[in-house]
Amino acid sequence: MAATVRYDEVEQGQEIPAADYQVRRANLVMYAGASGDFNPIHWNERFAKAVGLPDVIAHGMYTMAQAGRFLTDWAGDPGAVVDYGVRFSSMVVVPDDDEGATITVSGVVEEKLDDKRVLVGLTARSGDSRVLSRARAVVQLS
Amino acid sequence: MALNRDFVGRASAPSPPYEVSRVKIKEFAAAIGDNNPVYRDREAAQAAGHPDVIAPPTFPIVFSLSGGSILADPELGLNFAMVVHGEQRFEYHRPIHAGDELVSVSTVTDIRSVGRNELITVRSDVTTVDGESVCTTYNTIVERGGAS
Repeated sequence: MAATVRYDEVEQGQEIPAADYQVRRANLVMYAGASGDFNPIHWNERFAKAVGLPDVIAHGMYTMAQAGRFLTDWAGDPGAVVDYGVRFSSMVVVPDDDEGATITVSGVVEEKLDDKRVLVGLTARSGDSRVLSRARAVVQLS
Repeated sequence: MALNRDFVGRASAPSPPYEVSRVKIKEFAAAIGDNNPVYRDREAAQAAGHPDVIAPPTFPIVFSLSGGSILADPELGLNFAMVVHGEQRFEYHRPIHAGDELVSVSTVTDIRSVGRNELITVRSDVTTVDGESVCTTYNTIVERGGAS
């Protein structure tokens, strides 16, 4: 149970290369089922538009999960994440087509903390919008 | 409609124990598109030093919202049709793995207006049935137009 990234080999300001994650309507249906969040704004275009949204939007937690995946893929051990928080700053609109939307996640080691921990800042964008802000995690490195 | 500020400080009763299963973790990992074997294969998880398959970082959202019972109280005045997620944070005291039996207690910590929106924050303290602290979650939801 340990991160594959070594604290001594990480520098403050170090960037974690960006990765793209597709989100299609089917992903939102799966996420609704797995998470238990069946709010129709995440799967019913008619309902979403009736409550003033541009279209079906992704669950914020789906986007947070993609940034979490980015983080755990970097750290090498999901158990190494000791704190993870985000603000949902913009919606991920998911059109009803084969492409869906793309969430692009990147990261930077903002600070080296005590006890071989680091503060990682995450950026998530979809289209022209920054969809997460104040997205930060504390990761226990080796 | 403005949310009822009297709810700040109100706590839920402890949730019934939630039993974390390998099947649910696998389903959740599939839903977020994460193929990491430590979410699917006990041997892979054990090879990585875990007692069983472990849960992805955002998995506690599945069970931590026993605060739902508070949010659904008509006296609070929350219109679910206008709700979107504002902020979410998890503090992990240890990884969650299959076999854990977890109890959540949720407390409304804040209700405030931002522009035309109402924001309500719920903290959930998640422990094992034996009282071991597992994680603390902070969930802020936004009721669009609630303050107008």
